[in-house]
This record gives sequence, structure tokens and C-alpha cells, in this order.
Amino acid sequence: MAETRTIKVEALARVEGEGSLSIKVKDGLVKELHFGIFEPPRFFEAFLKGRDYREVPDITARICGICPIAYLMGASQAMERILGIEVTKPIRDLRRLIYCGEWIESHALHVYMLHAPDFLGLQDALELAAHNRGLVEKALRLKKIGNMLIEAIGGRAIHPVNLRVGGFYKVPTKAQIMALRPELEWALETSLATVTLVGGFEFPDVVQDYNFMALRHPDEYAIHEGRLVTSSGLDFPVEDFLKHVEEEHVPWSNALHGFAKDGSHHHVGPLARYNLNYDKLSPTAVAAAKAVGLGKVVRNPFQSIVIRAVELVQVCEDALKLIDGYAEPDRSFVEVAPRAGEGHGCTEAPRGICYHRYRIDKEGTVTDARIIPPTAQNQKVIELDLWKVVQANLSQSDEAIKWRCEQAIRNYDPCISCATHFLKLDIARE
Amino acid sequence: MARNKPKLAVWKFSSCDGCQLSLIDCEDELLAITEEVRISYFLEATRKVEKGPYDVSLVEGSITTPHDIKAIRDVRKQSKVLVTIGACATAGGIQALRNFRNVKEYIQCVYAHPEYIDTLTTSTAVSDHVPVDFELRGCPIDKHQLLEVLNATLNGRKPNIPHHSQCIECKQNNVVCRMVATGTPCLGPVTQAGCGTLCPRHDRGCYGCFGPMETPNTAALAAHLKELGASGRDVQRLFRSFNANAEAFRKESESHG
Repeated sequence: MAETRTIKVEALARVEGEGSLSIKVKDGLVKELHFGIFEPPRFFEAFLKGRDYREVPDITARICGICPIAYLMGASQAMERILGIEVTKPIRDLRRLIYCGEWIESHALHVYMLHAPDFLGLQDALELAAHNRGLVEKALRLKKIGNMLIEAIGGRAIHPVNLRVGGFYKVPTKAQIMALRPELEWALETSLATVTLVGGFEFPDVVQDYNFMALRHPDEYAIHEGRLVTSSGLDFPVEDFLKHVEEEHVPWSNALHGFAKDGSHHHVGPLARYNLNYDKLSPTAVAAAKAVGLGKVVRNPFQSIVIRAVELVQVCEDALKLIDGYAEPDRSFVEVAPRAGEGHGCTEAPRGICYHRYRIDKEGTVTDARIIPPTAQNQKVIELDLWKVVQANLSQSDEAIKWRCEQAIRNYDPCISCATHFLKLDIARE
Repeated sequence: MARNKPKLAVWKFSSCDGCQLSLIDCEDELLAITEEVRISYFLEATRKVEKGPYDVSLVEGSITTPHDIKAIRDVRKQSKVLVTIGACATAGGIQALRNFRNVKEYIQCVYAHPEYIDTLTTSTAVSDHVPVDFELRGCPIDKHQLLEVLNATLNGRKPNIPHHSQCIECKQNNVVCRMVATGTPCLGPVTQAGCGTLCPRHDRGCYGCFGPMETPNTAALAAHLKELGASGRDVQRLFRSFNANAEAFRKESESHG
């Protein structure tokens, strides 16, 4: 007898923003599957036109309250390329340090508060707290240390005020930066314990053939600078991003779907970074990964939670080094007169590469803007994973399938608020 | 015996999620809060959903779609106390910049298939659609102010949130006036205090995250900014950001350009 099952998740929980999922199954086969984003569009690229180039970092930060640094920095870099500004090393290092803060905050939030409950069969971190209050207290302290770093350099944790094109409004003193050290030492220890904890979870057996894309830097685990590389062997400057990634508009989503022009399964985020930059991880991070059985290649999306924990180790260690090496620069920013041009910026937001492109005129007024955040790029592989996950779990109840799908979506730490803002500015008319 | 804890719901409309994140950012207080209230609806934090009515609803985000209008009425019906949090919910947010332009043009220049997009021509505050019990300002809100509002609401008292200008706060904190000392354009004289004197402490002029103070003299500030060398366009841009649709800022921005 033909049997049709329809499974719907109306509003996804424990993700940033509003997403939904609908699946149609017929005669034991998945027939239709849509990961939808119903977050209403906010038209950032449209209203950026006509603004002054110096306003763009603060405005684009409002795309996302979870990863404002990714926007502040990507936009600033793009403008600096147009203006020919080269920031000094202390400014560059300070930027990496505040970005470490965003990774710590975001990863700690996602690993413990948003994702771990799935692996433990709990509804949320508050249920987790009822079982193990000490663990949730540690998680919150770890998350707070990330925020503390952002506040120390940026002024506030959400939408920091101190970042600008060319550097910072005011740089912190050496003493202010050194004061962060004790908590970060604790954070490093706690991150190592986090790898051990989440490395012991059970992972559904899903292995995918992704084409990873991430930033790569010769001297460090790339966060805010580098060239783009893929597991298919591409290696190109940030400026060429749009030669390789395109977007399409599908009826079930307010977020354009990013996809690789070569038709591969384009995947960005922690898994991509780990696979492409394994050799740039610190010995401590590598040892932690090895201890929980991770090799150089990880293609199970459910193990992304472990990779996030490994990255926590990496950025805590990096932050400690940057703190020790910090010397107050003489000038907090570089400023030059505006000139017309086009510029690109790309950094690794906690959930993957976030690309910006702007054009400005000779007065410094924005004439064109394009932003492609990570969740936009991952929508297609999220659907790809879901097809597999649903098909493998069809014998289960709808409720069980639903939960497993939610967990699979959360593998990507999707930032749906971001995703709806990667709006195409090129006018395409049929 | 378990107490009947008040039920808390957190709702999201068009926004960046930053204001509801402020609640989770109360790292030192979060577990204590959950001992006092029952989190009944908070999608960013839990998949558990409990039916209303709710004792307190925190609402983030602005109203930008026909569906939002229905949804916010439903939230109001189910909530004893409704508190809006952040510039999107209290003034329409940065996305209210569409209110000054033609939204059809926006959609066309942004999406390949405009017919898939269902949106209103404006982005407006929640209080334009339903009665609101308290509006907490900020882009983002300040988490200490959020705790104060929650505390006050649960205890049936008025939240102790100042409505005076940022200038007062700079003086209270011994922060040198940027505009007087360096001629930096600053919205401090017309902006409500509450952020913690962030920008002036970082050698930067206030850019108005907390929206207009009570009875602001925006015209006097605009005149002064022009004396400092700002063009009409500069002044308009300054008033047209995260609280562009707050009445005092909107009106002032319309006099320049």
C-alpha cells in the first residue's frame, strides 16, 4: 500500500533566526525535502547604497548579533583594499585577538547550549543544568571569556563600537590586555576538557563527499586573512570568490542559495577549516583531536561539534600568544582620503567564510554592496545531509526523525539571521 | 512543592538576534533567572514549547511582513506583560531605512524572483501595532538594563531606566566631551543614555544606538553639527541609522539631505 508521510518542523529551535523544514516521503523514499528560511528579508545591500564607506562596518554588523566581528572586519578590509590602506602589525594582531573572542563565545554557545543537548537527548541546556549544573556553569564561564575579550577590545560584546576602517578608535593598554590572561588560561584547560567530553558522544554514521572551502594562511590557522582554498585543489585570492561561487533564488527560502559553479558540494565552516588547515593547527589542538580519534580528514557532519571544541583549544592558545605579544601601537588607526574603487573582504566567521564586496565613488559613497554569509553557502549541503539522514531513519517515528533532522541542521550552527541578508544586488530580469 | 513560576516567552521578528542573545549573555545570572521564571518559549535556546498564556513576553525585532502583524497580535493576546527589546522592536531598526525608499525597487534589485517575497513596504515598531507595556532601547540592549526590567516586571514595579541624554552619563562618568574637545560629531545630546558611555570612552562620537532621549532638541544639535562642518547629507546619515524611524530622528533627518 502506498503510504505518504509528511514531516514538518515549523520553526527550528536553537538556531539563530527563523528556519523551517518540510519533508515528503512516498513508498519508503524521500521525495521532497526543503530547508526553508522564512526570516523576513532586511535588504541590507540595498540600503547600504548611498551610505558613507566609514558607516558600512557598523551597519553590516547589525546583520548578525552572534557574529558581528565577521561583518565589522570583512567590511573594513574591503574598504581598506579600495583605499590602499595597509594596517600595522599590532592592529592586525589586535583584530585577530578580538576575533578569537568571537570564536570562543560563539563556539562555546553552540557546542554546549545549542548542540550538545541533542547528543544527550535533552531539550536544552537548562535540562542539562538540572542534570549537571557544574558543567553548564563551566560552559557559561567559557562563553563569558569570549565576550570578555570582545568587550576589552571592542567596548561591548554584541555590536562592539571600537572597530573601524583602518583599525580601532582607541587601542587598549597593555595592562588591560594582560588582565585577560588568567581567565584565558582557564579557558584553554576547559576547552581541552570540552574536546574530551564531546569527542565521547555517539555520532550517526554519515560520511559525505563535500568540497570544502576555507581561508588558508601560510603562518596561522586562518581566521581573518588568507587565500581561499578548496579540497578540490583550487587556491585563489578573495577577489575571485564570485568566479567560483554563485547564488540562486529558490521559492522556499528568503535566503539565496550559494553554490559552487563547478557543481561540487560546497561546504564552509569548522569542518572545512579543519580538513584544509589541519597542518596549521597547534600541536596542542592536534593532540586533543587525536586523543578522541579524529584523523586529518573528517567528513561526518555530526562530528563538527568535536571540531568546534578543537578550534576552541586553537583560539584560546592563539589568544594567549597574542596577549603576550601585544605592544600598544603609536596610532590606533590609519586614515586616508577616499577614492573610487572596488574592494573585497573575507574572513572566517565561526560558521564559515563570510564574503563582502563593495564599490564606492570618489567621495566615499557606497554605490554597490554584496555580502554572502556562510549559512547561505551551506544551505545546499544541509539539504544534502538531510536527504541522507531522513532516508536512513525512515523506520523511526516522525518525532524521532524530526529531532534527528534538527540535530543535522544544527551541525552547521546555522545563522539564519545572516543568511537572509546575502541579497543579490546584480539585477537579474527575465 | 514546586512553586508556580511565572512563564517567560521570548519572541523574534525581523532582527539580528542580538537582543535575545543578551539574555543568554547574562552568563552569571542565567541559571538564577531560570530558578525564578519558567522559560516557556524561547526558540533560540530551547526546542521545548509550552502553550500560553505567558506572564512576561520579551519581543525582539520589527514588523515587516503581513504575517508579522498577525503574529504580534497573537503574542499580545497571550501575554500579561509585553516588553519590547532593542531598536528593531522599539523603532523599526536599521531595516526601517526602507521606509524612506521604494521597497519594490529594493526587492527587484536584490532578488531574482520578486514574486517569492512577501514583505511590507515599511519596517515598524511593535508599539505601532499592539499596546506595549515597556520599551527597552538599544542596538543592542544593555544586559544589565534587561535584568532590571525583568526584575521590575516580576516584582510589579516600574523599571528604573533613565530617559535622560547621553551627555548626563558622560558627565557622571567624567568622560571628556568629544564634541567640545575635538569637534567630533556626536548624537549624545539627543540620545538616551544606557549603553555605558561606550563610544565617548573609545574616543568616538555617539551614533545613537539607544534612540532619542525624552524631548530631544534635534534641531539645535543639527545646527551645531553644521557649524562643525557637517553637510546636510552628513547630518541626515547621522540621524538615519539604527533608530531612523524613531519619530524625533525621522523628522530631523527629513529636514536635511
